Formats: sequence, structure tokens, C-alpha cells
Amino acid sequence: MYGSFRLLLQVLSAQLLCVWVLGSELTFELPDNAKQCFYEDIIIGTKCTLEFQVVTGGHYDVDCRLEDPEGTTLYKEMKKQYDSFTFTAAKNGTFKFCFSNEFSTFTHKTVYFDFQVGDDPPLFPNENRVTALTQMESACVSIHEALKSVIDYQTHFRLREAQGRSRAEDLNTRVAFWSIGEAMILLVVSISQVVLLRSFFSDRKTTTTRVGS
Amino acid sequence: MVSVRMRSCVLSVLLLNVFYSAVSSLYFHIGETEKKCFIEEIPDETMIIGNYRTQLYDKQREEYMPATQGLGMFVEVKDPDDKVILSRQYGSEGRFTFTSHTPGEHQICLHSNSSKFALFAGGMLRVHLDIQVGEHANNYAEIAAKDKLTELQLRVRQLVEQVDQIQKEQNYQRYREERFRLTSESTNQRVLWWSIVQTLILVAIGIWQMRHLKSFFEAKKLV
Repeated sequence: MYGSFRLLLQVLSAQLLCVWVLGSELTFELPDNAKQCFYEDIIIGTKCTLEFQVVTGGHYDVDCRLEDPEGTTLYKEMKKQYDSFTFTAAKNGTFKFCFSNEFSTFTHKTVYFDFQVGDDPPLFPNENRVTALTQMESACVSIHEALKSVIDYQTHFRLREAQGRSRAEDLNTRVAFWSIGEAMILLVVSISQVVLLRSFFSDRKTTTTRVGS
Repeated sequence: MVSVRMRSCVLSVLLLNVFYSAVSSLYFHIGETEKKCFIEEIPDETMIIGNYRTQLYDKQREEYMPATQGLGMFVEVKDPDDKVILSRQYGSEGRFTFTSHTPGEHQICLHSNSSKFALFAGGMLRVHLDIQVGEHANNYAEIAAKDKLTELQLRVRQLVEQVDQIQKEQNYQRYREERFRLTSESTNQRVLWWSIVQTLILVAIGIWQMRHLKSFFEAKKLV
């Protein structure tokens, strides 16, 4: 009885230990004065990383807050453009992280976040971790890890480029808009100056004649 | 010795855990008429698989239970040119797949199609969402079974897929950089031409003003 109970416990703990949760990477739009929260159930002892970056909008900053299942704030930053936070789950339960754009009145922001929980799933679900890998297999594993970091760098680069491009397109439309606006204002102001000046002299002429006679 | 009952218990626990971990655990809350959109900037010929699972708050049990069959989610995917490439309604649990044909920002929007307002009863719908892009969308167990690959071959296949994805992304980056360069050059041109035009307008207006006022004052015999 005790033996079978122990077996059940071992199986359960083994299953819990190798429950891998796939990392989630999402880009979403955060409207002005809005707050968006995401939740994830994490098992104690799992190493997790939260990384976020503001891609477009306003001053490219957002408030971020990460809380553990009991409500304790693990990470809180205001008006941050980009950050990465690694932590190990100290409790079992639902962790919550929120992005807030409540300080902004009319700009909506696009926020990218990458929440990695635990390790990546192994390629073979029934992989026997006891046997060592051959040289070829370990070479494949190291190439796989290197390529993963290349893809990671590519993502960061893509986000920075998107940010730069959005600023450049913004600048382009603003230059066009304000140039046309200024030319119009210039014309309107100079013509009205002349008209106003003419009207001053016209009035004085009539008054002088009246006084004269 | 492990009894049959204990073995079946262990098996059911294992199955439960596998099921639990198979569907993504990242979730968020969505209101009844709310539409949540996610953006994926991807190169062309990239496959995206999205899995979602919904749960509704059960007031009696005071916890979130899987949503009823009547409640579905409407999924709409738009390509970078704002053309709709996927617009379908799925049940309370669903999986959608699409492949991009133009590189750029694709928008994936979800909203619930609840026709019965009483269903939500002022609460929120909990949506578990998982979006896999490119190489992550591949099911290697399936590929191994279909092509009958050994372990080493499967690993090499995974590396090939990864390198493929990197190559597509680099290609897309070249296209993006070209766009960026065109925008910058356009801004440069605009700044140059509008500065010249404004200076000319200024000078022309100045000359016109002086001439006009001079003739006006001469006519009024003030000069």
C-alpha cells in the first residue's frame, strides 16, 4: 500500500516536473486609458522570464506590473520602453502581469511581450533522459540552442526596426502636413496684412475730408 | 505490487496532466462585446497556428468552468493590406491555421458571438490563447511518423526548419529596410522642396506687398 502510494507520488512529481508550458509571445494594441492583464498558472520552482517592448505609439512607454498568486508585486516599473525580468516561481498558482496605458490621454500603444515559462519542450515526448546523447545529437542540440538565440536577436531587431520605421513614417506625414499648413498660413497672413493696412488708410481719408469741410 | 485500481488511478492522473499541459495556459479576460486583436509581423509563406480555449465564470460554483456549446468565438485575420484572409466562427474551443502570402503585419482578432446576453451575466469570459509562428507551428511527432525519420534525422529536420525561418526573416528584413529607406528619402525630399517653396513664397509675398502698398499710397497721394 505504502509502496504503491510512493510510486503514485513519484509519478506525479515526475509529471509535474516535466510539465512544460510553451513560451507565449504576443503583440497587442493597448488603447489609451486602458489596462490589459494576462494570467498564467505556474508551478513552484519554474524559472520564468518576462520581456516586453513598446513597438509604436506616443513616447513609446508603458507601465508594467507582475504579481504572484498572493498579490505581492514582484516587478513594477512605470513608463518603461523595454525591459526583461527573470524570476523563479516561489509559489504555486496564478501569476498575473499587467500593462497599463492609463497615463496616456489619446495615444494608443502597441506592446510586444514574451513570457517564457520553464524550458522548451523536448523534441521527443518519450525521450529517455537517462541515456547520454551521441556526439552528433549533442552537436545538433548546441546548434539548435544557437539558432534559437539567433531567432531571438532577429525578433529584437525586428521590433527596434518597426519602432524606427514608425517614427520615420510619422515624421514624414508631419513634415508634409505642417509644410502645407505653413504655406497656407503665410499666404493668408500676408494678404490679410495688406487688406487691413488698406482699410486703415481708407477710413482716415474719409474722416480727414469730413473734418476739412 | 501496484494494484489494478492504483494503476488506473495513476494513468488517469497522467492523462489529466498531459491534457492540462497540452493546451496553453496563458489567458486573459474578454468582455461580451469586446474585440481583442493581436498583431503578428511575419515574412511571407509562414504558417501560423492559433489554439484557444474559453471558460465562463460559474456563479454557483464560484469558479471558471468550460464554456457551454452555444458560446463561440469569431476569429478574423487580416493581412497587411487590410484584406480579410480568415473569417470564421469556431466553438468554445478552437484551432485556426493560416499561411501568410504577403510579408508584414497580420492582425488576428477575436470576439465572442454570444447571442444570449444572460450567458455572461456581467462577468468576463476567460480565453486561453496560444499562437505558434513558423517553425514552432510544426508538429515534429507527426513529421517523424509521416516521413519515418530516425531521431537524428528529426533533429536535423528541426534545424533545417529553423534555418529556413531565419532566412525568411532576413529576406523580410531586407524588404523592410528598403521601405524605411524610401520613407526617409521621401522625408528628405519633402523637407528640401517645401523649404525652397516657402522661401520663394516669402520673398514673392514681400515684394508684392511692398509694390502694392507703394502704388496704393501713391494713389492716395500720401507718398
